[in-house]
Amino acid sequence: MSNEAQAVHIDDYKFGFHYPDNSVFKTRKGLDEDVVKAISSHKQEPDWMLQYRLQALKVFREKQMPNWGGDLSDIDFDEIYYYAKPSEEQSRTWDDVPDDIKTTFDRIGIPEAERKYLAGVGAQYDSEMVYHNIQESVAKLGVLFTDPETAVREHPEIVKKYFGTVIPYSDNKFAALNSAVWSGGSFVYIPPGVKVEVPLQAYFRINSENFGQFERTLIIADEGSFVHYVEGCTAPVYATDSLHSAVVEIIALPGSRVRYTTIQNWSSDVYNLVTKRAFAYENATVEWVDGNIGSKRTMKYPSIWLMGEGAHGEVLSIAFAGKGQEQDTGGKAVHCASNTSSVITSKSISKDGGTSSYRGQIKIEPDLHDVKSHVVCDALLIDEHSISNTYPYMDIQSDDVSMEHEARVSKISEEQLFYLMSRGMDEAEASMTIVNGFLDPLVKQLPMEYAVELNRLIELEMEGSVG
Amino acid sequence: MEIKIEGLEAKIGDTPILRGVDLTMNSGEVHALMGPNGSGKSTLSNVVFGHPSYEVTGGRVLVDGEDILEMEPHERARLGLFLAFQYPVEISGVTVGRFLRRAVEIRFEGQKEVRTKGFLKDLREAMDFMEIDQQFINRYLNEGFSGGEKKRMEILQMLMLQPQFSILDETDSGLDIDALAVVARGVNKMREHDFGALIITHYQRILDHIKPDFVHIMYQGRIVTSGGGEIVTELEKRGYDWVRAQYGQEEEVHE
Ligand SMILES: Nc1ncnc2c1ncn2[C@@H]1O[C@H](COP(=O)(O)OP(=O)(O)O)[C@@H](O)[C@H]1O
Ligand SMILES: [Mg+2]
Repeated sequence: MSNEAQAVHIDDYKFGFHYPDNSVFKTRKGLDEDVVKAISSHKQEPDWMLQYRLQALKVFREKQMPNWGGDLSDIDFDEIYYYAKPSEEQSRTWDDVPDDIKTTFDRIGIPEAERKYLAGVGAQYDSEMVYHNIQESVAKLGVLFTDPETAVREHPEIVKKYFGTVIPYSDNKFAALNSAVWSGGSFVYIPPGVKVEVPLQAYFRINSENFGQFERTLIIADEGSFVHYVEGCTAPVYATDSLHSAVVEIIALPGSRVRYTTIQNWSSDVYNLVTKRAFAYENATVEWVDGNIGSKRTMKYPSIWLMGEGAHGEVLSIAFAGKGQEQDTGGKAVHCASNTSSVITSKSISKDGGTSSYRGQIKIEPDLHDVKSHVVCDALLIDEHSISNTYPYMDIQSDDVSMEHEARVSKISEEQLFYLMSRGMDEAEASMTIVNGFLDPLVKQLPMEYAVELNRLIELEMEGSVG
Repeated sequence: MEIKIEGLEAKIGDTPILRGVDLTMNSGEVHALMGPNGSGKSTLSNVVFGHPSYEVTGGRVLVDGEDILEMEPHERARLGLFLAFQYPVEISGVTVGRFLRRAVEIRFEGQKEVRTKGFLKDLREAMDFMEIDQQFINRYLNEGFSGGEKKRMEILQMLMLQPQFSILDETDSGLDIDALAVVARGVNKMREHDFGALIITHYQRILDHIKPDFVHIMYQGRIVTSGGGEIVTELEKRGYDWVRAQYGQEEEVHE
């Protein structure tokens, strides 16, 4: 296979391979109303969605780029392809997926994972979900797990009720962009009382060059339900930059629990600018587990709005910034009701000149009581030329509040390395041991498969960093 | 195993600390190394193990005739050398159990089956022997341990790794009488096999438990005198002033 030869070539990033761009339809470079209309008509959307897109496009043009966080000045919106359709049909079995695409997902290990431990899988290749399947036993419970296009067609009443309500297109420039050109992603609805014990997983893959992927995910957990949704992402390594700008909205209705786990491993030329937000109503719990290993620049701060009494929110953020990478991540909790609690835990590792920044916000609305919030940020620096920043923001307008914030920056110390080496570990293993130890309290909270995956990715990143 | 230190000189930054150390030790023997604070005892241990902060400026360290000074610390460990640290560092997030399993695996590579199969059983036994609560298996290494617990943990590691030669750097400092007895018991257990030790200490009391065959006094980066147990008695009686008077003087004349 000639493509094999191009595979792993930069920094041991084993997902850097790509196959020829065999898109069946692609919009031209750049973005205007015609491009938006072309996307919409390809999806045979109802007019209300087209109008929504066009409104969003207007807002996108008006909005300024964020003037904080990572440097985004290299992004040239005119040089990007906004839509590439990889195949004519979406498949329900892997056998029906076109060969290149199927091979790609085979190499990433998705079909195997599906067989072993998933309740449903969606796989997106460039702009479209090429595969979507849910286990029959789960579907029987009334669980909906489709791409959002299907949901727009088949469940317009649910989509209209919730789409864009958690993250309106006016929220920020990239949310507006996504709202204008969104394509693919997941739509999940869990009926009242239904607990989906094994995860649903969506997998996002960019194949085309100079490409923008704008998936849209909407998760509605009805009263007393539970779901764990997992997303993974990789891309080929190209010399030019790609853009990934997703919007994820979660609605956790009273008494429900939603856990959303991301293991982001984009290649080192992807700008990853994602807006993720959840509304948690009475006694609902939302947990974001956000692992950012790859990409050139990531800006992502999963947030939780605690809308009803008894709601609880957690963000676990893990970031690894290697050479040339900037991970600007963190979390946000907005307390809008009494008796609510939030926990934000951030662990970041910087090596080979990489920059990790924690950016977080706790906001507590006026006249609330019994509100608790706890923020812990730990940063580990592997060497002298790597950077860690902490930007905690707090806006607290009630008095009956317990708020704790801890931040620590540590360096792998020579003494720790020497100690472990004196017990027989070589330098690489010794520093890996320290890094794993640093992450341990967090990784322990992940389901086994994801803990293993995360450890493996970090091991790959650490390789070659010493000796 | 024979360890032969010849004319070893080392500095940190621009400050020479070891100024020609000569010392020959064999497994099967117990050596005691005494000397006032700052005379270079910990430096000697660190240099023998290849600590990166020190620059060796002269001399050799031979293990069974092979110079180890170019080796990485882990290669030296794999020869069967062990260092019980004066100040063991905390390794957050790494449990005692996981750490020791890996260390034992490395130490007995090739004979894995023999050693790692019964690992947990061995570990529990060794912990009982060292009077360390089994809960420590799941504690993070040295994190939040008291001074005494850290010292016992060093000896526990030694029992599990079965080195042929150990340097114990002030393992007795800060231990109460009972803890001292436990630590000494650990070292004496090692002596059931072919094992040697260099015990760095300020006090006679540990040497009452572990009888040294040789006693050396270090001062200003050199071994200034060596002998048998009688030197310890002499020191207890007269203190280090005697060493300073006899060897410090000479130093100033030379400089
Ligand atoms: N990392 C270091 N930086 C600077 N000086 C050091 C360092 N380590 C040891 N020294 C100096 O080297 C000398 C010997 O120290 P050490 O070997 O710890 O002595 P001992 O163990 O005999 O008390 C002391 O003067 C000490 O201050
Ligand atoms: Mg010392």
